[in-house]
Amino acid sequence: MPNAGGGRAAVRRLEAVFRGRQRAALMPYLTAGFPDLDSLPALLAALAVGGADAVELGIPFSDPLADGPALQAAATAALTAGFTLDGLWDVLERTLPSFPLPVVLLTYVNPILAHGTLRFVERAVACGVTGLIVPDLPWVESGPLRRLTRDRGLALVPMATPNSPERHLQRIRSGEGFVYGVSVTGVTGVRDQLAPDVLAFASRLKEAVRLPVAIGFGISTPEQAARVGTVADGVIVGSALVSAMMQDPVHAAGVATATVRALHAALDKQEGRGPE
Amino acid sequence: MGADTTHPVGVELPKGIRPGGRGRFGPFGGQFVPETLMPALAELEYAYRAARQDPAFRQELAHILSRYVGRPTPITAAERLSEAVGAAVYLKREDLCHTGAHKINNTVGQLLLARRMGKTRVIAETGAGQHGVATATAAALLGLRAEIYMGAEDVDRQALNVYRMRLLGAEVHTVTSGSRTLKDATNEAIRDWVTNVHHTYYAIGSVVGPHPYPTMVRDFQAVIGREARRQMLALGGPPTHVVACVGGGSNAMGIFHAFRRDPVALVGVEAAGEGLHSARHAASLSAGTPGVLHGALSYLLQDADGQIRLAHSVSAGLDYPGVGPEHAHLAATGRAQYEAVTDDAALAAFHELSRLEGVIPALESAHAVAWVYSRRGHWPNGARILVNLSGRGDKDVDQVARREAAASRMGGGADA
Ligand SMILES: Cc1ncc(COP(=O)(O)O)c(C=O)c1O
Repeated sequence: MPNAGGGRAAVRRLEAVFRGRQRAALMPYLTAGFPDLDSLPALLAALAVGGADAVELGIPFSDPLADGPALQAAATAALTAGFTLDGLWDVLERTLPSFPLPVVLLTYVNPILAHGTLRFVERAVACGVTGLIVPDLPWVESGPLRRLTRDRGLALVPMATPNSPERHLQRIRSGEGFVYGVSVTGVTGVRDQLAPDVLAFASRLKEAVRLPVAIGFGISTPEQAARVGTVADGVIVGSALVSAMMQDPVHAAGVATATVRALHAALDKQEGRGPE
Repeated sequence: MGADTTHPVGVELPKGIRPGGRGRFGPFGGQFVPETLMPALAELEYAYRAARQDPAFRQELAHILSRYVGRPTPITAAERLSEAVGAAVYLKREDLCHTGAHKINNTVGQLLLARRMGKTRVIAETGAGQHGVATATAAALLGLRAEIYMGAEDVDRQALNVYRMRLLGAEVHTVTSGSRTLKDATNEAIRDWVTNVHHTYYAIGSVVGPHPYPTMVRDFQAVIGREARRQMLALGGPPTHVVACVGGGSNAMGIFHAFRRDPVALVGVEAAGEGLHSARHAASLSAGTPGVLHGALSYLLQDADGQIRLAHSVSAGLDYPGVGPEHAHLAATGRAQYEAVTDDAALAAFHELSRLEGVIPALESAHAVAWVYSRRGHWPNGARILVNLSGRGDKDVDQVARREAAASRMGGGADA
């Protein structure tokens, strides 16, 4: 059920995505408004059909400094096509009540502030969003927003990176939803190879925090997803999916389903992984 | 002081921002960056504190500032300009610094720090190319490798500075994303830093960015005000007004800082471009709203959804949609006042100062001169106005000449 009544149900629903499964959960990323906002319901459905377990939905921003070329281009295209936050809320309000998967919003901090933090959180909750990822709001700056999201039953997802010190991993133990493990020191983008130490990084996170650990940034191919999935509780694939959609925007929904299906199949084949 | 320094903008802070935390100026500032950069900012803050307290570091910096940059820079009593405006005007001559602007004060400081931290590679963003040239210069002096990010638009507009940077041994990366100007060059520099954070030092060019940059850059620029305060006393008394242009705000913070506890009006002059009521200006404090850009909470130009708007100014160095967080605080508390001057007024001042004093100002600095000039005949008795002449205008002569030629071809005549 979507998070109609607020409270803890939504956060528990998000955490449940990563637990009690034979394989790692698959969380594809979409840029909202790319190729246009009208196609968002169909694209979300396409991800579900392909076998996604949850969806990360990015709000386009003019200055996405944690993103590589693919997601920058998608954001620019979405803004050029007239994306607005009010337009997004309209679509989500209509779509999420009947959408089977938890949806987590990714947004840079400034659109939240401009919209009004409380208003932003309340609208997200009212639409049935389950979590929030803010890549330029590090944990030490996130106190006020965290209190608000906690009160309203929205998970503010903490992030960790390969160079995060122990102290940071200790702090984010009180986070909610899952830990977003950034696999590389770098920005989002398609990469030929996984970071060599990504499995060790995922293990380190799992040992340090009690939350599920999903790994993202630079995971592009089904093989890479499967490898990361041997350790992580979840795998996030963004640039590879958005790039594929960009190559063929007219058939974006079909491309999305096919891309997710291939990732899902690879995760399903994964061996050596027991239930939680 | 008094009515002179009250800020016209009512401050309405976004909810969800913690006032007065670490690295804050009142509620402004902070560290709004990806988690990857947090350890690097901590390392930088630690290294900077240690360096500040190290006599050897301070001595080496002082040595470079005097023997290489050419400090102290003089103050010129601008007699003919004073006559024209009806008050005593003094120019702090940062245009006489090596490379022609105050930017070098900051880059020698930061690159000395980078070397001390064992970083081998330095990156920087640049708009017009002044900070890029200053970074490339300091890198050459200190034997560091420099890579400069510059928007494609600016690479075209400022070809000479691109050549200068390359001549100095720096690599210039052309940025084609987004607006293809300073804002996106800064995004790209931050992306590089996130990626290469282990061995790379990011040298920011103004009092912007996440903590500790606004404080550190201000401290490196504060030499301007320390000298000027002493020099003004020797010239017969303290100033009543200190005036500086504000892009990111480094030359203004640099000259304001030493005067912050004195009974002196501090005036920052932003670029009003084609007018504050047009969409084409760069006056973040006069016409912007609070928000986060490039790691800090400050005032910026944005739409209702928090998308950053493009800035415009005839002066590339002021063409930035944000401003340093300490200025936001000085504005909010009323300690400094912020004014805005149009392209046309700045261009007129560019001519005026050249003709009256034999000093061709940078178009940025011409904004400060223009504000002083705009109040000619209305200055109170005994006013002593100290203007930070942040840079020289040689870099702008070609652009202004072309603009005036185009204007006269269109039959309008030069606007100055
Ligand atoms: C001569 C000069 N003055 C002023 C500025 C604006 O920067 P800030 O406001 O940081 O002093 C620049 C920037 O390039 C400049 O070159």
